[in-house]
Amino acid sequence: MKIVVCVKHVPDATADRTFTEDGTNDRGSVDSLLSELDEYAVEQALRIVESGVEAEITYLTVGPDDAKDALRKALAMGGDSAIHVSDQDIEGSDAFGTSLVLAGAIERHGFDLVLCGMASTDGTMSVVPALLAERLGVPAVTHLEELTVEDGTVTGRRESDSATVRVQGALPAVVSVTDRSGDARYPSFKGIMAAKKKPLETLDLADLGIDTERVGRTGARSAVDTAARRPPRTKGEIVAADGTGDAGLAAFLTAKKFV
Amino acid sequence: MAEILVLVDHLDGTVRKPTLELLTLARRLGEPSAVFLGPGAGAAAETLGRYGAHKVYVVDAPEVEDFLVTPAVDALAQIAESAGPAAILLPSGPDGKETAARVALRLESGLITDAVDITAGEDGRPVTEQSVFAATYQVTAHITQGIPVITVKPNATAPEPAPVTPEVEKWDVAFGPAATTVKVLSRTPRERGDRPELTEADIVVSGGRGVNGAENFAVIERVADVLGAAVGASRAAVDAGWYPHSHQVGQTGTQVSPQLYLAAGISGAIQHRAGMQTAKTIVAVNKDKDAPIFELADYGVVGDLFQVLPQLVEEIERRRS
Ligand SMILES: Cc1cc2nc3c(=O)[nH]c(=O)nc-3n(C[C@H](O)[C@H](O)[C@H](O)COP(=O)(O)OP(=O)(O)OC[C@H]3O[C@@H](n4cnc5c(N)ncnc54)[C@H](O)[C@@H]3O)c2cc1C
Ligand SMILES: Nc1ncnc2c1ncn2[C@@H]1O[C@H](COP(=O)(O)O)[C@@H](O)[C@H]1O
Repeated sequence: MKIVVCVKHVPDATADRTFTEDGTNDRGSVDSLLSELDEYAVEQALRIVESGVEAEITYLTVGPDDAKDALRKALAMGGDSAIHVSDQDIEGSDAFGTSLVLAGAIERHGFDLVLCGMASTDGTMSVVPALLAERLGVPAVTHLEELTVEDGTVTGRRESDSATVRVQGALPAVVSVTDRSGDARYPSFKGIMAAKKKPLETLDLADLGIDTERVGRTGARSAVDTAARRPPRTKGEIVAADGTGDAGLAAFLTAKKFV
Repeated sequence: MAEILVLVDHLDGTVRKPTLELLTLARRLGEPSAVFLGPGAGAAAETLGRYGAHKVYVVDAPEVEDFLVTPAVDALAQIAESAGPAAILLPSGPDGKETAARVALRLESGLITDAVDITAGEDGRPVTEQSVFAATYQVTAHITQGIPVITVKPNATAPEPAPVTPEVEKWDVAFGPAATTVKVLSRTPRERGDRPELTEADIVVSGGRGVNGAENFAVIERVADVLGAAVGASRAAVDAGWYPHSHQVGQTGTQVSPQLYLAAGISGAIQHRAGMQTAKTIVAVNKDKDAPIFELADYGVVGDLFQVLPQLVEEIERRRS
């Protein structure tokens, strides 16, 4: 079977991220890496194969030139091949544009299972997996903390707002996994060397037959009006514990009417 | 007046607080109509009316409970197609966001997720406010295509009553093939203790790796109880198995925006901040004076939480008596 894992190249969350003049993510200002939350999807794909399911793993990313780095990192963890969709006109896409391009590439490649992370660490919308399922016309089994793939179905556990839910869908399907699905492995030295030789295909919008009007800034369905750095929190009073019942903290909470 | 659809979040007919917040926000844009899925609409209609819902669309079909997300998509999209609302508001959260995204795709509309505020723009259309990049930026945005679909985070506003008697309309949804593709095999409701829910609480008291053991969380719980607060935890504490995952605060846990957030034994990693940085007041207790959490704190105590917190409880009780 064919497993496609969607991995995103994102600005390092621990760096100071900013916006460009036109209100989009400034990708130039900080280093980018494979989204940590997508490493869990890579890990699950590898575990499915290791559990004895015969499958070929392909990584897919939509992003600028250096997004290839995310694919190489994933390939170093394991898996077989990668697809990079890159096109000037994709820049500035919202979740609708991104999911359109991803779905186009997934359909072109063919798939039985699409694995995604629970959210991208920059956009944090958590909607691309659902949009992919809607576009591909297959079940979306999302936010799984645990999953098994067998007999043409995917079954898993999901924590909803108020309950633990066991869910099941038939393949082909789109699945997203959380950061509790199992620790992601580190690439080995051998893995890193092997990754350099694995096939990586680069596609553009024309290859996918996608009209440029439907993606990028022109295709985006929302617009940012203002983006302002939140005023830094004024650093408050920091005191040493006084050992006398922390009267200071109690007084602070009383003054703020929490007591 | 323009109709605004609000998807109701409820537990067996008990409407949850974020829905009342959505109704309150919806009134800034037009006349709210609630969309209620599942059984228990009878009791809920009164509450929804109290917060300004002029109409309650009721979809009481078994599909809604037996399958994941997509039945709600069919219901909401079909009601929207018929009612032609000026906006659709849903609660943020995994189910709300997925429903919103699919509804927007079907209606060829735009989507904004995780709004922390909504106002009416000059043309009456919604303008949203979001906190992004681990709450370091404040962004205002609007939707440029179709019926605006917006998911809103809990605690975006205080619910304000505006009583009306709602018209209740039963809706028969024609479920498409996608509605019944992901089966719910079982649903185990989470134990609800006596403490307030994390997302809804005015005060949250959280413990991290510094709490050093499941049994020690009693120290955090005592502070929570004396303040009437919900209990939160860092991912380090959750991963260690000291407290349930449903209490995790942060990027991959729950994002809270309470009046007061008290962090004890938590260093303040960016992923933790992402879930609490928008709290009104932040208090930290940490034995390391250089812990990054102190950069956010309105008040910080450098000290051992096992001394500071029990003493704080005593001092609060002394002040009260
Ligand atoms: C993709 C991703 C997602 C993540 N999502 C989340 C998330 O949602 N939520 C989250 O919290 N984290 C998240 N993390 C993890 C995050 O990076 C940190 O590892 C985590 O928040 C650390 O938890 P902590 O502050 O409890 O532990 P530590 O960083 O180890 O800090 C413990 C603190 O306790 C103090 N301390 C120790 N003993 C005492 C004592 N007796 N009295 C007082 N103070 C004491 C120490 O000085 C220290 O500052 C995520 C990480 C990644 C990569
Ligand atoms: N540009 C992209 N390239 C590849 N995968 C993506 C991209 N954007 C989103 N995804 C996938 O969709 C998931 C959810 O993303 P989001 O809806 O943006 O939070 C991510 O964890 C990825 O698996």
